Amino acid sequence: MMISMEFLLATGIGFVTACGLYLMLRGRSFTVVLGLSLLGYAVNVFIFAMGRLWQAAPPILSQGPVFADPLPQALVLTAIVIGFATTGFVIELALRSRADNGSDHVDAAETEGSAR
Amino acid sequence: MMMWLKDHLAVLPVLLPAITAALLLLIGDHGAGSRSGHGHRKLLWARRLSLASAFLGLLLAAWLVQRAGSGELITYRAGDWPAPFGILLLVDRLGALMLLLSACVALPVLWYACGGWDAHGRYFHALFQFQLMGLAGAFVTGDLFNLFVFFEVLLIASYVLMVHGQGGARFKAGLHYVVLNLLASALFLIGAALVYAKTGTLNFADLALRVPQVSGPDAALLQVAAWVLFVVFGFKAALMPMAMWLPNTYASACAPVAALFAIMTKVGVYAILRVHGVVFGASAGASALTVEPVLLPLALATSLTGVLGALAARTLARLVAWLTVASVGTVLAGLGLFGTAAWGAALYYMLNSTLVIAALFMLAELVAAQRGEAQGLLVPASPLAQPTLLGLMLLLAAASTAGLPPLPGFIGKLMLLEAASGHAWAVSFWAVVLGVGFLTLLGLARAGSILFWHVRDDAPVAASAGGSAKLVTATASLLLASVLMSVAAAPVQRYTEAAAVQLMDLSAYAEAALPEQGGAAARSTRPYDGRMPSPPAGAQ
Repeated sequence: MMISMEFLLATGIGFVTACGLYLMLRGRSFTVVLGLSLLGYAVNVFIFAMGRLWQAAPPILSQGPVFADPLPQALVLTAIVIGFATTGFVIELALRSRADNGSDHVDAAETEGSAR
Repeated sequence: MMMWLKDHLAVLPVLLPAITAALLLLIGDHGAGSRSGHGHRKLLWARRLSLASAFLGLLLAAWLVQRAGSGELITYRAGDWPAPFGILLLVDRLGALMLLLSACVALPVLWYACGGWDAHGRYFHALFQFQLMGLAGAFVTGDLFNLFVFFEVLLIASYVLMVHGQGGARFKAGLHYVVLNLLASALFLIGAALVYAKTGTLNFADLALRVPQVSGPDAALLQVAAWVLFVVFGFKAALMPMAMWLPNTYASACAPVAALFAIMTKVGVYAILRVHGVVFGASAGASALTVEPVLLPLALATSLTGVLGALAARTLARLVAWLTVASVGTVLAGLGLFGTAAWGAALYYMLNSTLVIAALFMLAELVAAQRGEAQGLLVPASPLAQPTLLGLMLLLAAASTAGLPPLPGFIGKLMLLEAASGHAWAVSFWAVVLGVGFLTLLGLARAGSILFWHVRDDAPVAASAGGSAKLVTATASLLLASVLMSVAAAPVQRYTEAAAVQLMDLSAYAEAALPEQGGAAARSTRPYDGRMPSPPAGAQ
């Protein structure tokens, strides 16, 4: 039986989001940044999918019978650029926090039983 | 020249700080760590340019308020693409008012920062201007996605400003702040994408027309989008379950930055008003008043938690940060009443509370600087160098925050209480607003008596000669602005009420935003399903 593209995409987005959230709830700043990136990917695919799913449809007006909605593609481009910049910044900030506080724990201090 | 300025009026509040910031980057940085930082030539020029630009911004905002005050909706179409396809900027009374408020906060804060804080790190002025650009953009934009973009602009600037001055505690609080805001941004994108999927548009005017037409299961999904956006805006505005990040962040930031951040929570308030008050407002069909059942209770809880936090605070800066939460709660409670009178009152109260909170953040640092090693800790310590001046300013700010007559805080709260009468939640609303006012007074009186009266005679008199004239005038001018709001209460109140009424006038908004599409009668083929009936004539 063929798995529908909608099902595949929806579960894919859900799985990546879940992984991102799990990583974000970890105690080390590196895993938190990884979680944020995964969440960002999931969100980007989600925006893309909100323009409906198309096959072999160009996002421009042409003689063809169908055109994909170009707007979500433009939006996702913006989101990717912003996400890239902010991820770069948060990595740098995490490094500085690690250097100044002597710990890469998100609360900047090793506590009893702190999450690994 | 004037004609040209008039044509481009709506975009100028965004362009002015953007160009200034670019010039400031060209001037370059004085170099962090150099001991001669304060008198450095580059820094002096950066200060002049930044202050001049902030002053121009204030004039521009006043001009916009004056024009918008007549009821005119000032539109600007980037590249002259017609809405809803192009980028639309639209300044109505509310937008102009928010611009004026941010300019009124920005100028004294910048003046304060020129008193020394800007030399404690790199590119303070450029980042400050980028933050102003983001704020201005968020207030003038006419569509949801550009609201996201300008949120990001102001947030990225705020991430760096937040850790300005550096130090371990700031980096720790900064990391929390950045990570939480990035999560909120991801949710914002999910909400915006869902809105687009169900309505096929992101333009506020177009949305207000499309949302009522969505019904059935689609409406349920659209309401999910509204809830997601509510979480995002509530987070920015520091609405209760999402407010716990604020006190630590604001208390860790240096004083001018915290004072500027006083306006940042108001961006969240503005977005809630624009999206949940209007687009998902009373006339939104199946999705009407989506967040109404929870906004008021949550806002009242925010107010209460804020003031309890203020009572428990151990430092003056943290106390002020908790008061920020309390005041935002009061403003949002006004929004939660969903009526033009309540909105007008909430806007009036918001103007005043923003000015006073910003002043309080700077005052907290002025006081802390004169207390030797105790800093802002609320414990008995050496006497201040300027007890009378600072004491009077704290008294004025405290009375205004708590809402004592004849200060504007009192007028704002009175108007809110009046607007709540007859509402189902009126009794709890009154109890919370009045109780919070009383507890605020208690908290500030406790802080004030420790700071000014419980001085230890054995402690050495603080070495500080008192705050420099720049720092004191900056703080005093914010307080003065808030007192002026009391003097000019009637016209300001008329304006805020008119702003609230204008928000509800969806057809005029649509008329201004979508003139080619026939205003409120605009038809849409969206959400786009790819089956265009026939290619447009002349299309290749």
